[in-house]
Amino acid sequence: MAINWFKYSAPSTFYELAGKLAPWFAWSSAILFVIGFYIGFFVAPTDATQGEAYRIMFIHVPASILSMFIYLIMAGYAALGLVFNTRLSSMMATALAPTGALFAFLSLWTGALWGKPMWGAWWVWDARLTSELILLFLYIGFIALHSSIDDPRRADRAAALLAIVGSVNVPIIYFSVKWWNTLHQGSTIKFTGTSMHAAMQQAMWSMVVACWLYAIAVVLTRVRSIILERERGTQWVSELEETK
Amino acid sequence: MSDFFAMNGYGFYIWGSYGLALLIAIVETAMVRHKRKITLQQLRLMRDAGEEE
Repeated sequence: MAINWFKYSAPSTFYELAGKLAPWFAWSSAILFVIGFYIGFFVAPTDATQGEAYRIMFIHVPASILSMFIYLIMAGYAALGLVFNTRLSSMMATALAPTGALFAFLSLWTGALWGKPMWGAWWVWDARLTSELILLFLYIGFIALHSSIDDPRRADRAAALLAIVGSVNVPIIYFSVKWWNTLHQGSTIKFTGTSMHAAMQQAMWSMVVACWLYAIAVVLTRVRSIILERERGTQWVSELEETK
Repeated sequence: MSDFFAMNGYGFYIWGSYGLALLIAIVETAMVRHKRKITLQQLRLMRDAGEEE
């Protein structure tokens, strides 16, 4: 069976598809969040060294993972838009940026609230924390640069360059705990396996998936508005039921 | 119950983390919904303005 993948790269088709999918992602995210929260707070045992404070991990780790992945996806879409001049890719990059920025902020915030009781400091200029802060600034820079240029196609190209250059920062964040002597603890989840308690893992992965589903739901909803804004004046937008 | 919220003295840090996460989710959801409403309104306004000409 041949699937025409390019069918969904047309803004009009994608607009419909995104509208159908978004509620499903939103509801499954809410359900998984409740499951993850329940396991994380009522099933997972108290940590041997960090006591109850470690439970911040169930939101801190997903937020950090998402902030990095969303950046790479955003840069990927921006690059596609730059190379192939596809409209939808650039719209996706623009739609991803605010959600990524919020996850980066949440990662720093929850990190500060975890750092205070464990290290005795809200903030230290440590390699991991500093590179994550730079990630937040890159998101803000992308949004600011894009909105400062009136012509949307030129804004796409300028912001895409910033996103692509900035993606160097993502591996730096990931490997920072290995490359430098940092206060931040190393990865508990490694490619080679983990020493974490089963319930703690279940809680964390449920939260990671819940955050993914949430991000997808919000980004799909946001991109639909961006599509309408940038495709206004076209035949298909004027024929839409909801604009009548 | 109050033991649960106290989290052995870490309540402030834990609920401060989850509280912001929930707040972000609520505010961001409201914002994308509002943006959709505004975008549709603008499209209708533009259409009406176009029809009058």
